[in-house]
Amino acid sequence: MLNIENINVYYKELQALWDISLVVNEGELVALIGPNGAGKTTTLRILSGLLKPASGHVRFMSRLIEKEPPHKIVEMGISQVPETGKIFTGMSVLENLELGAFVPKARREKDKSLEWVYAIFPRLAERKSQQAGTLSGGERQMLAIGRALMSKPKLLMLDEPSFGLAPILVQNLFAMITRINQQGVTILLVEQNVQLALELAHRAYLLENGRIVGEGSGKDLLSFESVRSSYLG
Amino acid sequence: MLHGLGQNLAFGLLVGALYGLVALGLSLIFGVTKFLNVAHGELLMFGGYASFWAFSLLGLDPFLSIPITILFLLIIGALLYMLVFSRTAKLPEESKIKNTLLVAFGLSVILQNLALRFWTADERGITTSYARIVFTLFDVRFPLVRLACLLVAIAFLLGLQLFLKKTYTGKAIRATVQNWEAASLMGIDIHKVYLLSFALGAALAGVAGTLVAVNYSIMPAMGLGWTMKALIVMVLGGLGNIPGTFIGGLVLGVTESATSFFISSNYREVAGLVLFFLVLVFRPQGLFGTKES
Repeated sequence: MLNIENINVYYKELQALWDISLVVNEGELVALIGPNGAGKTTTLRILSGLLKPASGHVRFMSRLIEKEPPHKIVEMGISQVPETGKIFTGMSVLENLELGAFVPKARREKDKSLEWVYAIFPRLAERKSQQAGTLSGGERQMLAIGRALMSKPKLLMLDEPSFGLAPILVQNLFAMITRINQQGVTILLVEQNVQLALELAHRAYLLENGRIVGEGSGKDLLSFESVRSSYLG
Repeated sequence: MLHGLGQNLAFGLLVGALYGLVALGLSLIFGVTKFLNVAHGELLMFGGYASFWAFSLLGLDPFLSIPITILFLLIIGALLYMLVFSRTAKLPEESKIKNTLLVAFGLSVILQNLALRFWTADERGITTSYARIVFTLFDVRFPLVRLACLLVAIAFLLGLQLFLKKTYTGKAIRATVQNWEAASLMGIDIHKVYLLSFALGAALAGVAGTLVAVNYSIMPAMGLGWTMKALIVMVLGGLGNIPGTFIGGLVLGVTESATSFFISSNYREVAGLVLFFLVLVFRPQGLFGTKES
């Protein structure tokens, strides 16, 4: 479904990604793990069109998308939940969700998508007329994911959904992410909570200093000596 | 004395509504695009001339020519965005403000000279057949034309509010104001939002221009004075705060007329600048702004 082929990315002089290649197949939940500054978020920004690579290709459903602007990529069916959610705090929960269904195709099925999102996150239904800025950290993350689902994505990309959440909430959130995946949404998950991410993922890539240094099934990576010693203590 | 004060305050409010409308367009453009369009006064001038020519050549009532002014300025605004301002749209916020300030300053000189070339430096105004009708309430006189301007200003304020709150496009504009990156991840085409906001802001300047042509006079060099007023009002109201901007206009109008009543009309203009200064020093988020935004 998604093929990244030999991507190189620079921030001015500094090279952030070196020859990155990775694959996400339809229906999979793939995790991208690695330390701070490894290039995980940069990779997602390339995929959502916020950043352009210096070289390399991104193929989605056999179309080259690395030169497309973000709004076109959303239309094609890729939706990103940015780091810390970035919900629109000055608007109501419902308005946030409506904006998620901005692209014409999604807008036609807005009501159905709303029902779907409310079924996954009943809390959002309870709070729909509340200002998004008054939500708790966990609820904000639910809203950010729900908003991304409103565009009916084929591929959902999550950037550190566990960031700043209490462990019990993280467990909960990851259970919901698994459910979303089981409902047919392919997921690319960027996480620093390595243990949980690897338990959840079908496959995973390990990114360090802008390079992919390991890949395999979640279980394989969990037993990797370098992963164990660096991330799991 | 008391009667004079009431009259003064009433005029202050009527003028203030016009100030609010002038600043509304500037505030919309700045809030969405972070372009500091100091050529706003020139856009207002073009609106004034559009109504003036519609009145003197076609005999069209200035209030009825507002749709023409809007259309004219929507086109000018869209062209200016596409040809000039879109080039700075991708810059980071701070250099965007500085660059657009310079670009818009150059533009204001060009637009002024175009107006001078085509329409001469003559001062012009629109005097309608009903210009002398005045209502009196508790000894305070309300000229019909000024009341009509107040209604027009309020109608556009409410219209803009409704548009931003209720329509999908309006929500996309507000989302872009809050976080353009998150907005683009929703599938919103940021450049379309910029284009639309710029054109709408220009149209609002045009409407204000019509009202200025009816109440005061217009000439090619009038722009800077109105840009200053709009900047003061925008800062008073709090950046990006639409109702706050309008109330900021009323505050400026009343401050000016109170100054000319209690001190001297020579100090009218200074009062606004002093107010501007005080707000920047003591309440930089604006009278009605919140610290966060």
